[in-house]
Amino acid sequence: MRFSKILTLALAVFTLGSASAQLKLNGAGATFPYVIYSKWFDVYSKQNGVQFNYQSIGSGGGIKQITEGTVDFGASDGPMSDAQLKEVKEKQGSAVLHIPTVMGAVVVTYNQPAAGKDLHLTPEVLAKIYLGQIRYWNDPAIKAVNPDKNLPNQAILVAHRSDGSGTTSIFTDYLNKVSKTWSLNVGKGTSVNWPAGLGGKGNEGVAGLVKQSEGAIGYVELAYAVKNNLSYAVLQNKAGAFVEASFESVSAAAAGAIKNMPEDLRVSITDADGKNSYPISGFTWLLIYKNMKDKAKEQEIVKFLTWAMGEGQSYAKDLYYAPLPKEVITLCEKKIASIGTK
Amino acid sequence: MLTLHSDRESIDIKQAGGDGNSVPPAVVSATKSMKSEKSRRSVVNIGDRIFRSTTWFFAFVVFALVFLMAYEMLKGSQLSIEKFGFKFLTGTTWDPVADNYGALPFIFGTVVSSLLALLLALPLSVGVAIFLAELAPRWIERPMSFMVELLAAIPSIVYGLWGVFVLVPWLRTSVEPKLLAISDTFPLFKGAPYGFGMLAAGIILAIMILPIISSISRDVLSAIPDTQREAALALGATRWEATKIILSDGRSGILGATLLGLGRAVGETMAVTMVIGNRPEISASLLDPGYSMASVIANEFAEATTALYTSSLIEIALILFCVTIVLNAAARLIVWSVTKKFKTA
Repeated sequence: MRFSKILTLALAVFTLGSASAQLKLNGAGATFPYVIYSKWFDVYSKQNGVQFNYQSIGSGGGIKQITEGTVDFGASDGPMSDAQLKEVKEKQGSAVLHIPTVMGAVVVTYNQPAAGKDLHLTPEVLAKIYLGQIRYWNDPAIKAVNPDKNLPNQAILVAHRSDGSGTTSIFTDYLNKVSKTWSLNVGKGTSVNWPAGLGGKGNEGVAGLVKQSEGAIGYVELAYAVKNNLSYAVLQNKAGAFVEASFESVSAAAAGAIKNMPEDLRVSITDADGKNSYPISGFTWLLIYKNMKDKAKEQEIVKFLTWAMGEGQSYAKDLYYAPLPKEVITLCEKKIASIGTK
Repeated sequence: MLTLHSDRESIDIKQAGGDGNSVPPAVVSATKSMKSEKSRRSVVNIGDRIFRSTTWFFAFVVFALVFLMAYEMLKGSQLSIEKFGFKFLTGTTWDPVADNYGALPFIFGTVVSSLLALLLALPLSVGVAIFLAELAPRWIERPMSFMVELLAAIPSIVYGLWGVFVLVPWLRTSVEPKLLAISDTFPLFKGAPYGFGMLAAGIILAIMILPIISSISRDVLSAIPDTQREAALALGATRWEATKIILSDGRSGILGATLLGLGRAVGETMAVTMVIGNRPEISASLLDPGYSMASVIANEFAEATTALYTSSLIEIALILFCVTIVLNAAARLIVWSVTKKFKTA
């Protein structure tokens, strides 16, 4: 008898629990913002009882899934192309909105004891290193911006990501903007046909290559570099100033790009204007259907996004992401308000 | 392998029979009568019939899986097959930005790293197998076979980490500079000592396939009847000469083991990705970085954005699939032929 009572009680609790948390939002996409998204989903679902299921399968996967309609929202480190947006519209009967959530940056890390902690690089030098045109540390072009350093006659080992990644996307987008030779021969994308260097899998793969080989240079996410205490280069931005990557200089890049921000917020903010802007910065976006079939889910997503623009932003810095500047949040809120309208 | 083990047991039985030269007639007649009784009952008994059709079904499922997989990959790679045709196999550019794909550097990387692994692993494995099957006393043989098989159980990511943190730095600081010092014009050893590259991949793979080749070879050698050894020794052969005879008896079995090892090397992904350098380039030098088919799929599939990109990666998977199937089929055939030879003998 007692056993059956306990069973009934347990059953009642179980059904009650599942009734209050019946709404479940499925998402998939970028791995870069996974840490802050899981924090957001965790905090938000405790406050509001909505469940999230986010698979960090990569930006490409996120775009594919939102195109096929297998998820309620996607996430990507690179904006969708016009052709991709058209395809979703045809298949799902709804436009897709890009909502920036947080920002990240890509830093150039190096292993050159003679360069100390503050190697200076100009866009031209960086592009030439990755093109394989500058091969030695004592190249006059590097020496010119690092006059106080005694750089050796040592070969530069270039390291890049071997896996397709949003980090590569931002980095090559930057090189594409600052170097004509690069844009003609290589281009930008999540994977490119690298003219030089070795590939490592993931941030840890590139960092491993760099750490192990003296004379190496590579690019990793700012968050990864900060967490692992890697030294990274000070880059010259569009305004000509040498800027160190930090949450402030990344947010400044978004603010600097606000003038040229297109209405749909699909924008690259690499090589942004502004004296304090760090040049290799980028947004990461949530991909949201403008008109969802399930109106209850749509409302929940609007509520969540509004929360993410407010309280959500306060979690960014602790998790090594740069929060959105106020100007961008205003634009995002306008976008969020348009969800559900025709 | 199972059949080989049971073979060894049957040899033991023969020896227990005391004769050593021929199978005692009692054993033969016993197995014969068991067989005929089994076949008679399976016709009569309904339970047996159900059992038989169920196992038939399971066997068919395996076939269906292989064919479905091949079909799906063929379907998935349709786009790239239509666009590039045969040129996909000979193209050397891999440019996701321009949507232009050629698989040759990856095929080259897979083939070269696997062959290099075989070259390093084969003499070592056969040596281990000879020692374990012919020379080692029991108290060494048991723990040593166990250790060899333990190597096969280590996950490949662990090999990869070991490669990155131990093997690669050692190659870069100790081995490769020496190779370059001996001759920097010899085409196999040219370029910069990165540590990462074809040589590192080959060595990692060699360690990974060693347990497969050596444990199967040991089983093959043990399957050879002791009468062969005894006959050789009786004719006045030395231990070495007797071993040579045993080796030549088991050579097709060892070849089968080698092909199974090669199959493993061809399909290995993680450990190779971590040390090969991931540069799609064809170079004669073993010190230069390369790329392999399995690695490029693992690396790029998640972020492959265009349809043609995905399709090209699937076509690489298809090529890899074909190579592995052919290698495995060849290995099975050879192992089968050698065991059959000794069963009838």
